[in-house]
Amino acid sequence: MADTHKKEVDKLSGIETTGHEWDGLKELNNPLPKWWLYTFYATIAWAVVYWVLYPSWPLVSTYTKGVLGSSQRAEAVAAYEDGIAARSVFGDRIVDATLEDINADQELQQFAMAAGQAAFGDNCAACHGAGGTGFEGYPNLQDDTWLWGGTLEDIHYTLLHGIRVANDEARFGDMPAYADIFSKEEIAQVANYVGSKVGLEPEAGVDLAAGEQLYLDNCAACHGDDLNGMQEVGAPNLNSANYLYGKSIEAIASQVANPRNGVMPGWKDRLEPATIKSLAIYVHSFGGGQ
Amino acid sequence: MLSLEEGGFALFLVLLAFACLIVAGKTFDQVMAFHASVGALIAAGGVFYIFKNYFDDGGVQIPQEIDGKPNYNLGPIKFGAVAAMFWGIAGFTVGLIIALQLAYPALNFDLPWTNFGRLRPLHTSAVIFAFGGNVLLATSMYVVQRTSRARMPGKILPWFVIVGYNVFILIAGTGYLLGVTQSKEYAEPEWYADLWLTIVWVAYLLLFLGTIWKRKEPHIYVANWFYLAFIVTIAMLHITNNLAVPVSIYSTQSVIVWSGVQDAMVQWWYGHNAVGFFLTAGFLAIMYYFVPKRAERPVYSYRLSIVHFWALIFIYIWAGPHHLHYTALPQWASTLGATFSIILWMPSWGGMINGLMTLSGAWDKLRTDPVLRMMVVSVAFYGMSTFEGPLMSLRAVNSLSHYTDWTIGHVHSGALGWVGYISFGALYCLVPWLWNKKSLYSLKLVDWHFWVSTIGIVLYITAMWVSGIMQGLMWRAYDSLGFLEYSFIETVEAMHPFYVVRALGGALFVIGALIMAYNLWMTVRYGEAEEAEAAPTGSLAAAE
Repeated sequence: MADTHKKEVDKLSGIETTGHEWDGLKELNNPLPKWWLYTFYATIAWAVVYWVLYPSWPLVSTYTKGVLGSSQRAEAVAAYEDGIAARSVFGDRIVDATLEDINADQELQQFAMAAGQAAFGDNCAACHGAGGTGFEGYPNLQDDTWLWGGTLEDIHYTLLHGIRVANDEARFGDMPAYADIFSKEEIAQVANYVGSKVGLEPEAGVDLAAGEQLYLDNCAACHGDDLNGMQEVGAPNLNSANYLYGKSIEAIASQVANPRNGVMPGWKDRLEPATIKSLAIYVHSFGGGQ
Repeated sequence: MLSLEEGGFALFLVLLAFACLIVAGKTFDQVMAFHASVGALIAAGGVFYIFKNYFDDGGVQIPQEIDGKPNYNLGPIKFGAVAAMFWGIAGFTVGLIIALQLAYPALNFDLPWTNFGRLRPLHTSAVIFAFGGNVLLATSMYVVQRTSRARMPGKILPWFVIVGYNVFILIAGTGYLLGVTQSKEYAEPEWYADLWLTIVWVAYLLLFLGTIWKRKEPHIYVANWFYLAFIVTIAMLHITNNLAVPVSIYSTQSVIVWSGVQDAMVQWWYGHNAVGFFLTAGFLAIMYYFVPKRAERPVYSYRLSIVHFWALIFIYIWAGPHHLHYTALPQWASTLGATFSIILWMPSWGGMINGLMTLSGAWDKLRTDPVLRMMVVSVAFYGMSTFEGPLMSLRAVNSLSHYTDWTIGHVHSGALGWVGYISFGALYCLVPWLWNKKSLYSLKLVDWHFWVSTIGIVLYITAMWVSGIMQGLMWRAYDSLGFLEYSFIETVEAMHPFYVVRALGGALFVIGALIMAYNLWMTVRYGEAEEAEAAPTGSLAAAE
């Protein structure tokens, strides 16, 4: 059969062709490169060894288990349990200790800070920012302005139960929307009055005395005669430099008319008690804690 | 008299147009109404073309040979070459846009149509199936005719295949933008697009087999084995992975028949073999024709081509589970996938060796011929990706690399370097041949294309390697007390500079493609016509 082929010799390499030709294309009759062939065999041998050692081939109702007895699932469960066990030494102590005790014990505090930081990055940073500095509408945890209190206990309570969520123990305060109660003129009056008391330049021609009267009749019950607010109901201190929704006459008027009553989830059912305590320690340490 | 082929196609398209009209009229789904209307228009256009063509040429038979030389059918190939260039630039540009979106999320523009989630499948499908697919269709039609010394069978069939395939691309792509997807990676088109592609693909298989059947050569050239493996396997993968029950014939939605981990396994059996048989076997076929042709050298080893062909075909099909390490997939399947990926290393490299060694005796041409240089660098990228792939398929490596940008870097070294460059090389060869020109408009511009896009590729893949490995290490970093060191958002922040570098690399690749399109346009428009076929040159002498 080979006789029917017009074998030629390639002048450059001295190798014969196979004698086939297609559209001017020919093929040399080089053997398989040795290193290629032996590496190919070696990979097959390696695979066979691997099959002997590890679960690999499916059978009718089971599979070859491998002589090492390796089980990915068992390894993953063991690694998970090891992690829990390693942390439980400190975790159990944190659950039992008071927040003040944790802060007093250097070792425990260090652990709580590490746990708090990890939990904060995964659960809190999305709203409060990676460094806890917040965004408009999401409180800055680094400053000393606290809507619901900045002591260890206050922070821990807020973390556990959340703010304005469906939970009997949640922090709750509901500012009415004065767009339905006041006229536009009255909203401007009360906003300008508050602005004038906290260092903003009131708009010209607005009756500040009327604004003061409106404030005392409607707002002072929660925000106080002296504008210092009331943490029990989450009424912000209006004398603070930090306004959650912006510090301007316009922003105050908007908040009077249609207040955005911000929410935060409670973490009691989502995170472990030790983690929530650690978060309280971590957030309190930001510098603004009281 | 209308031939059986013409009559058959006309009848089929008339029925299809009516079916589309009924669906368009009765559907409650706006996208379906749009797609069915497009289908009806194109099917009616097809009928019009068949009859216009028939009345123009009076139904004469096209001669199979002219003056004893095969009368090759080049029209559909020209269409495919132009479509490839068009879709290529569109797909690369969308890739650049989504790369920029990752670096600067504001570029999503908060619109559903420009959202990353819709543009990402548009990018992958445009580059793989629209650009790559048209290159494969065009080159396969050219190569199978030339190496069989026979004209493709049929008058309408080749046009049905190439136009039908591009209609599929159009339906799939507009569907993505309008929010239609079945959420399978690289198989996003919904049931009706899948069904249409199945019809077109079977026609393609028949066209290819028909040409081989008519061949005047005693043997089948190696490139044609690879093309055939690609066509047959893609048909099998496409049908199995897309088995779905439509919610209704008037709905764009469907429900996949597979569920749970079986669905995942079928999906990645499909996904990995789309890489193996679309992006590897198909483009190896291109390599086996265009590299020896351009280098004017015989293929290095016939034996190697046989052994690595069968090894590749047999082993690739097992490697899919390595996409599902550490998931609900049983460990045994994952082990098998990893070991077969390692065994696949040498069969993959067989193609690289045959490609590179074919250059022996002609290496000097790399200095003077940037087209050949592009194809050789492509084969080198192929070797690199097929070394990296088995490495990443090992569970230990995969636990670091999986879900990170390392995967993106790996894919793009194969996609931009191997698939992109071998396609560019083939198109640079093909366009002067198809339009009967002596040479390209400018080799200097090919040189520019080569260097601009090579720098782009290097920037792209190095940025993704660094950011991917960094990302993987950050995810698994624990502090001394056993807590995760970084939150997710910190890893995203750390990747930003690399995303910018990647987008820059992508921009260079797009610029390269634009240079190419200009060069090819000038070649077709102003290139000097070829007078007669050059006498075959080479260094072969008759053996004793």
